[in-house]
Amino acid sequence: MGMVVKLKEYFHQAGEISLFAWRFLTEFFRPPYEWKELLRQCYLIGNKSFGLVGATGFIMGIVLTLQTRPTLIEFGAESWMPSMVGIAIVREIGPVLTALICAGKIGSGIGAELASMKVTEQIDAMEVSGTNPFKYLVITRVLACTLMLPVLVVYSDLISLLGSAIVENIKGDVSFQLYFNNVFLYLNFGDLNPSILKSFFFGFAIGIVGCYKGYTSDKGTEGVGRTANAAVVISSMLVFVLDFIAVLITDIFYEL
Amino acid sequence: MKTGAVIDYKNPVIGIRNLWKSFGSNNVLQGFDLQLHSGENVAIMGKSGSGKSVLIKCIIGLLPIDDGELIVLGKSIPELNQHALDELRTDVGFQFQGSALYDSMTVRENLEFPLRRHREKLKNIAVDDLVKESLENVGLLHAIDMMPSELSGGMKKRIALARTLIMRPKIILYDEPTSGLDPVTGKEISMLINEIQERFQTAALIITHDLGCAKVASDRMVILHEGKNYAESTYDELSQSNDPPVKAFFT
Repeated sequence: MGMVVKLKEYFHQAGEISLFAWRFLTEFFRPPYEWKELLRQCYLIGNKSFGLVGATGFIMGIVLTLQTRPTLIEFGAESWMPSMVGIAIVREIGPVLTALICAGKIGSGIGAELASMKVTEQIDAMEVSGTNPFKYLVITRVLACTLMLPVLVVYSDLISLLGSAIVENIKGDVSFQLYFNNVFLYLNFGDLNPSILKSFFFGFAIGIVGCYKGYTSDKGTEGVGRTANAAVVISSMLVFVLDFIAVLITDIFYEL
Repeated sequence: MKTGAVIDYKNPVIGIRNLWKSFGSNNVLQGFDLQLHSGENVAIMGKSGSGKSVLIKCIIGLLPIDDGELIVLGKSIPELNQHALDELRTDVGFQFQGSALYDSMTVRENLEFPLRRHREKLKNIAVDDLVKESLENVGLLHAIDMMPSELSGGMKKRIALARTLIMRPKIILYDEPTSGLDPVTGKEISMLINEIQERFQTAALIITHDLGCAKVASDRMVILHEGKNYAESTYDELSQSNDPPVKAFFT
């Protein structure tokens, strides 16, 4: 019985989020447009995440290189190091890692902010003063996430590769120039495009889940914490599901 | 009876007849009637959960009504589209229970917010002048660059009132204006409500369960009991009543 109820709740929520995303798409094109607030959100979401995304990307690049080095040396293939790490980071680790970090930082932030605005009637106050709160709060945030995540991903990729290059430079006598030449020898736009494309979807998922959870929260102040938590859990899960779908699709194109 | 307020009994600004509203099986309003006249302050008292807040949220169009007649400033609320509703809301101020100041904005930005979409109504006056004038009206001009988190409870209520007043509304709906305040500050807010009524000739519905506020600020009182307009009269008359549901509020 408990299982059935849980399943029902799960599908109910999935449906609600889809409807919320649909509402986003229908209201997105209708004026008035909140340009100023959109720019402010891009600044808050993008700029304020640079430090965190950079730090995790840098560490990831270093760790990945340190971990794979011994195995590659054993096979006498250490010259493959840069291209291998480059492909791994650009195709998979950069986008997914950045998306997960952002789900934690941005998704929870949006969820908690909107939930507390809802609880303290600020969303109603906006409605009463003639500003459509869905446009002002939801559309700007979702759009800012969607636009900023690919930027953060490219930035994270670069920092990761830099970390990796530093390790190679210290441990393996590989100059920076040789390292990056090697990286780009095997890396082309066919690798970059799908990963940028899926970053847009990751950003959209993080924004829409955070906004949905916050905007529909109605459990008082104790609900604020739970909203932030649920936003992170659901959007992280969605990042993996979307990644899975994206890889399946790009795989078809590689086969062609 | 208060002096200074000019009430025009021939000119109703809110007319409610047989209003029904329920949430699931919970019938909150069950045929509520009320007339609010131009320049008049009416206090609505009722137990917690009796539907007072629901009533004023219906009036401002935040909640759809189930049945009945609801006319505000000559317009029937259920029949208005979004644009017309937004237009009407410039004439109806809403004072939220928890003040509902936007906590990511300064006091100045809070006051400017309603003007973003409704510049036509007051287009001849500079935004800065409107903000300062409105803050002066509530005696808090010095707080203009503060954040809501730096303000006390009473100051928040005043700023929220300034934000409502900036649109020069004809009707103000107060949701528990004195809740969460000490008696002295509560009294100050009640006096401020009167001052606004006299100075701007606004009509007001005051949702409250603070007897002091009802006594000071209202011209007429309504007891909301079991979803209906159970009794309405002046404070002095109702306080003499022997009817148990009415008497319960005064003892």
